[in-house]
Amino acid sequence: MIEGILIGLNTALSLQNIIIVMIGCFAGTIIGMLPGLGPMTAIALMIPITYGFDPASGLILMAGVYYGAVFGGSTSSILLNAPGVPGTVATAFDGYPMAQQGKAGKALAIAAYSSFAGGTISAIFLLIAAPSLSKISLSFRSPDYFALMMLGLTAVSAFSSKGQFLKAMMMVVLGLMLASIGQDSLSDISRFTFGNMNLSDGISFVLIVMATFAMSEALTIIFRGKDPNRAAKQISLTELGSIKVNKEETIKMAKTIPRSSILGFLIGVLPGAGATIASFLAYGMERNYVSDEEKEKFGKGSVHGLSAPETANNAACSGSFVPLLTLGIPGSGTTAVMLGALLGFGIQPGPRLYQTNPEIFWSVIMSMYIGMVVLLILNLPLIPYIARILAVPRNFLIPLILFFSITGIYLMSFNNFDIYLMIGIAVVATFLRLYEFPMPPLILAFVLGKLIEENLRRSLLISDGSFSFLWDRPLTLIILLITIGIVGWQIYRSLIRK
Amino acid sequence: MRISPTKFISLLFFIFSVFYLYTAHQIVVFTFDENAPFNARTFPIYLGWAGILISGLIIILPEKIKIEVNHKHLDYKSIIYLILISIIYGAVILKIGYFLSTSLFLIASYYFLGERRWLWMFLLSFPFVAIFMFLLHGVLNIYLRDPLLQYLGIIG
Repeated sequence: MIEGILIGLNTALSLQNIIIVMIGCFAGTIIGMLPGLGPMTAIALMIPITYGFDPASGLILMAGVYYGAVFGGSTSSILLNAPGVPGTVATAFDGYPMAQQGKAGKALAIAAYSSFAGGTISAIFLLIAAPSLSKISLSFRSPDYFALMMLGLTAVSAFSSKGQFLKAMMMVVLGLMLASIGQDSLSDISRFTFGNMNLSDGISFVLIVMATFAMSEALTIIFRGKDPNRAAKQISLTELGSIKVNKEETIKMAKTIPRSSILGFLIGVLPGAGATIASFLAYGMERNYVSDEEKEKFGKGSVHGLSAPETANNAACSGSFVPLLTLGIPGSGTTAVMLGALLGFGIQPGPRLYQTNPEIFWSVIMSMYIGMVVLLILNLPLIPYIARILAVPRNFLIPLILFFSITGIYLMSFNNFDIYLMIGIAVVATFLRLYEFPMPPLILAFVLGKLIEENLRRSLLISDGSFSFLWDRPLTLIILLITIGIVGWQIYRSLIRK
Repeated sequence: MRISPTKFISLLFFIFSVFYLYTAHQIVVFTFDENAPFNARTFPIYLGWAGILISGLIIILPEKIKIEVNHKHLDYKSIIYLILISIIYGAVILKIGYFLSTSLFLIASYYFLGERRWLWMFLLSFPFVAIFMFLLHGVLNIYLRDPLLQYLGIIG
């Protein structure tokens, strides 16, 4: 293994590859900040360019773009409450409130440090445990995935409900209902399209997230513009704050990062789970670990609440390379695009990649780490400039957010219908937010909707329509018991509240 | 009797769930799939019942946390203007093209939000959109449909 690491370092640390990774990180950050263009799009855009390089350099460029885009997505989540990809939705929960309090610089710095630490720890795990973890990940069956996703939905409802669990669960059901629109994945039968061809492919994630987060946030700011309390809050938006993280905040991050890294990496290893579930679960887990006083700060700019999802989503990104490199199975959309690129180079990822192309296997792993180092060095000095987005006056910022949201949708479909649908959903979401119906459960349910149905379908078909699959496997049973425990605890809490 | 906004929203969701459940039952599945343990209508039926159950519980159970919104503090006028401008933007974007419609949308939005610094309004509309288009279309090679600029021969 040591020999492999040295081969990887030798390749990744050549001057050409360092320059490539720097360009990749910078380009990825810019692309990731644009709404609707996440890591997957960023990597896809780079594929034609990578074919001009040798395979190792091409993959190094893609690794740089990948991490840059993830960080760029976090930046727009924190500054504009506009997460372009599902993996950074949880970052906005505490990152955006922190930016609203005039600590945008600090929020970006915490995100950068957490991402770096999460990536570093998971890169070490990747080096040590990749082969054995891939075997464990293969032992997960459909019932386990179904239970894991139910746990994710329950956890996100519990932590974002602010004591109104049923409201959060209602949003979960609404999210799943929205995800069910379009063609059934197995039979291709149209559902809830009412004969409208525009709905036959379903509603896109970017449309939902832009409508419920970015656009409805912009409309809410205008809607509550006359509210004296809100107006006072807006003044602080012009303050950028320091990027320095004090001792107390460092201690908080130091506690959060290890546990979120482990969770993120393990979730990332599971095919199909990925950064989204990892970031939501890490947020929920962190809330359970902290003191009651800290718990109250969640959703209002908590350091733990920002650090946990940022650490976990980066750790999950590294984790998702385990099934790709060791088994040839892409665990996420992004790694699926990378698999396509690898095949384009004539490389077949899998157990034999160690033997046939060790320099590629190890240089990808090492370049991922170098990519993170470069990202930290590049982006930290840029944070004060990036954070200046918040200093843009409200009269300019709100139309620009609307413009980015509508452009994101327009670029995807060139279709008026999607724009109208987004405006309609944004208006409904604005009223729902007004009466404190939380949006995060809706988003996660929407993202997981198809996967939940898929896994439920497989489980029920295997068990011939019997729900015994819920308790047949110990792993499924344990995950479901935790889910039931969370629901029970929420009901108990609401009953004892005076 | 005054119904609270939360319960009213839940009532609307209850009605929506009943409609959703009814529509789920109307999904036509293949004949050989009719009696399968899982078909295209199974999951939506579960969701319909879940929606009815949860919204029903919110309506029935006492409301422990009351959300009060002072409607006098809500700026209905600006939000209606913004939504109308967005709808018009959506309607014309394919006809007059991305560049012109987006620039006009931005200028109109700035104006209705009370902005009167015309130089900034101009800079953050036409030149800003042009740079943005160059980034997407010229640098990243992302196709932007713009019949007007194509007609003028500015983009291919």
